[in-house]
Amino acid sequence: MAEHRIETPVSDETIEKLRAGDRVFITGYLYTGRDSAHKKLIELVKEGKDLPLDIKGQFIYYVGPTPARPGKPIGSAGPTTSYRMDSFAPTLHSMGLKGTIGKGSRNEEVKEALKKYKAAYFAAVGGAGALISKSIESSEVIAYPELGPEAIRRVKVKDFPCIVINDMYGGDLYEEGKKKYQKKKD
Amino acid sequence: MKVISLAKVRDTIKDLVQKANFELQDDVLDVIKDMEEKEESPAGKEVFKQILDNVKIARDEKLGLCQDTGLAVFFVELGEDVELQKDGGLGSLSEAITEGTRAGYEEGYLRKSVVEDPIRRKNTGDNTPAYIHWELVPGDAFKVTFIAKGGGAENMSAVQMFAPAAGMEGIEDFVVETVDKGGSNPCPPIIVGVGAGGNFEYSALLAKKALLRRPLGSHSYDPFYADMERRLLERINNLGIGPQGMGGRITALAVHVEAFPCHIASMPAAVNIQCHSHRVLSFEL
Ligand code: SF4
Repeated sequence: MAEHRIETPVSDETIEKLRAGDRVFITGYLYTGRDSAHKKLIELVKEGKDLPLDIKGQFIYYVGPTPARPGKPIGSAGPTTSYRMDSFAPTLHSMGLKGTIGKGSRNEEVKEALKKYKAAYFAAVGGAGALISKSIESSEVIAYPELGPEAIRRVKVKDFPCIVINDMYGGDLYEEGKKKYQKKKD
Repeated sequence: MKVISLAKVRDTIKDLVQKANFELQDDVLDVIKDMEEKEESPAGKEVFKQILDNVKIARDEKLGLCQDTGLAVFFVELGEDVELQKDGGLGSLSEAITEGTRAGYEEGYLRKSVVEDPIRRKNTGDNTPAYIHWELVPGDAFKVTFIAKGGGAENMSAVQMFAPAAGMEGIEDFVVETVDKGGSNPCPPIIVGVGAGGNFEYSALLAKKALLRRPLGSHSYDPFYADMERRLLERINNLGIGPQGMGGRITALAVHVEAFPCHIASMPAAVNIQCHSHRVLSFEL
């Protein structure tokens, strides 16, 4: 289990170094988005319009935080379940998105897209939103404010903790981890 | 006759929903710490560490333990001899609970996670309606139990109508398969509530009630179901899913089973999955 400190935006070379199970600390900017925001982004792609963000080399963090208390950049901000964004991820990867961060497993199409476009899928600890908020230094809504917790934000992170679940070589921590600790029925 | 002020109910609920979302209760913490000791996988141990660090930060800074501060679900035991005093501009008990929820989620900077229609999906903006289950009981008891129920774990829950011949094995296999299918999605380590019997809707309610049993990890008063709980916990933890699905010994913290009479032709069973962020709190007036 190697450890990496990476900065966004990332290049292909950075993604090439990552293996399922590695711990990663991210510094730089992440974009947040979940169900409704993704639906809107993909509609723009279909209509051939520009996205409200340049996703090349960037990471999307699947999160819908609690409201920030006065003077704080953000509220509790842990990952949401990723499979709900499976139908959107391959398109965004084809446009240069290098990583997504969430929790829970992805489907085959997403895993294939990671290989094809050199990208990775990361998990942060679900239910550790208060802890994770400590690595977020600032946050601004950049699109769809009407979506409330589902708006797209640009958040500045420092040493944001996560783990590589799917790497660009087909490695899958969920499958490998489970196999290792499974006890078969006698 | 006991008189209960609706304004007091509202104010108590306003505080209750916040406290539950900021502070994990001692029985839940005890089980988490106990299970942390038993975890062998390095990734699993790291997850437990982050969960416990998170508990401290949430409590100290009054931050949601999780950003999904849940649907506000209430179980109300209302004594038949209780008189409700309609004060504070409140006309009914459900209004008092709803207003308390609204005020608490606003004041506590908790997330508003309710949409007003399942298909059209516009946020209601204040985390209402509250989901209230009523139970009329003899005497003058007044007890409210709140659970903040996140979407991730709830989505991995299931109900199935078995033929009685499926028996104990049928239900046990169903529980283990449901957990296995959920995998990493419901934020393991999880808590598993099982409702056995009743009918279609009652089994689901039993499963949710099973989650409310305190202290967490205590066993059914019925030795038959206590044994079933032990067996299920072992089988689930042998799946290897582990904390956050990253592989490990501890997939579930506890399994609680509640059973109820059912029709001669049926054997309903329901599994309600809850995450480690088990935010349950009660009060009595
Ligand atoms: S399943 Fe529980 S811990 Fe995980 S995101 Fe949902 S509410 Fe939070």
